[in-house]
Amino acid sequence: MATFFGEVVVAPSRAGVDDEEEAREETPEDQEIRRELEKKREVEVLWYLKSGTSAESSADKPFVCSRFIVAIGHNAAAFLSSFILDSVCWEVVGVVKLWNEWCRTSQTTNVLPTDSFCLFYRLISDPTVLLCQCSCYVAEDQQFQWLEKVFGCMQKEGLQVTILSTCPVADYKTQESTLTLPSPFLKALKTKEFKEHICCPLLEQPNIVRDLPAA
Amino acid sequence: MFVPCDRGGGSASSDFKGFTLLMPAVSVGNVGQLAIDLVISTLGMTKVGYFYTDCLVPMVGNNPYATAEENSKELSINAEVYWLPSKKLVVLQIRSPFIKNKYRPFCETLLSWVKSSNCARVVVLSSSHAYQRDDEQLLGTPLRYLLTPDLEKAVGSFMQELNWKEMEKVAAYPGINDTEKVLHIPGGGITKLLFTESCSKGIQMAVLLKFCSEGDNIPDAFALVNYLNEWLQLIKSEVNASLQWKIPSSWRLLFGNGLPPALF
Repeated sequence: MATFFGEVVVAPSRAGVDDEEEAREETPEDQEIRRELEKKREVEVLWYLKSGTSAESSADKPFVCSRFIVAIGHNAAAFLSSFILDSVCWEVVGVVKLWNEWCRTSQTTNVLPTDSFCLFYRLISDPTVLLCQCSCYVAEDQQFQWLEKVFGCMQKEGLQVTILSTCPVADYKTQESTLTLPSPFLKALKTKEFKEHICCPLLEQPNIVRDLPAA
Repeated sequence: MFVPCDRGGGSASSDFKGFTLLMPAVSVGNVGQLAIDLVISTLGMTKVGYFYTDCLVPMVGNNPYATAEENSKELSINAEVYWLPSKKLVVLQIRSPFIKNKYRPFCETLLSWVKSSNCARVVVLSSSHAYQRDDEQLLGTPLRYLLTPDLEKAVGSFMQELNWKEMEKVAAYPGINDTEKVLHIPGGGITKLLFTESCSKGIQMAVLLKFCSEGDNIPDAFALVNYLNEWLQLIKSEVNASLQWKIPSSWRLLFGNGLPPALF
């Protein structure tokens, strides 16, 4: 495709599959590099048992969970820190360790609000209530893993999940301009199994949710 | 991969014996996906399940084919399956791109699902970069088709009657050796992979594609869906066929929001 200056450029396509990627055969070295990268990008979920020692997540003994609240992104995580979490009623029970081009989280549970972290808390008075603060960015290829490894440890019968997240107002699709829209505002999406009352309107078409909240 | 869902009265089943599977390739201009939206929306198809897969970028929203308040609250995700038993048609819609390095596993799983669900044939709607056409392709119709050998036997002659143009092969080494020809579908996403795999697995597959560029691809979607209709006769093709296709509510605001009055 020629541009104004006459040089030929390859137009970026929504197809999502580069022709080069398609045509190139993987050498053993390529495969090795890819495997190493995949290992580096693996999501690890570590749960801390009552005794204070850490242990790998065990799928053989899923724990009972009645409510799971997940806050994704800095704003949602800050909301939980400001209004919900405190050291009296909540205890840290787990952490997610991951690395991607945007952030790295560690095993430490002593985090600053400006750090990238993903921590799990449990309500001391009702240990079936779990909370997750995920201020780190979970990349596309890690979202499914995160999902499987976190939910894999939970008993899903009678589980109610609430996901808190934020999106820029500029991304909101509406007939009027977003400039005059009173913000911030709340919108919700719910599964048909969710029967409780929702405190805000549902997200209208053609708006969608992406990334970890969508996963 | 395929998770059937409650069809409101009917039992959830994954057997589509004798059905035609219609699906898009995520390709230039998203033309295949837009065309599939028109099919699902116009025929009022019912959702019968979805794909639980780690190969596509996650997304979720409310029902993109909503026509009223009542039916606008159903969640919709990135890969869903709809059906219309009266026309023995099952449709897969893909709403997001592939995650890096995941398109091959997706194709493999998809084709094995096609076999296990007993679909009679698969029709892939796709597109290819218009700027890569050669001089001959610049003239005449921008629509092309491809048939796997198994389907060629069944419907090849019908395509001849319809006066359809088969997708040309290009030289494998242009300028050096013009005799060796290969299939090349630039911008077609997984189209070529699906097609070549289907040829080797004996799956009856047809590919219908349009040459186009990125931009407002709604007219391309209409052209492609009318092309499909010439063969499958999904709706009665009258003089102005484009008026028969119903645009879904999710196509609103494709090019942005309203403008702030303060701009003027």
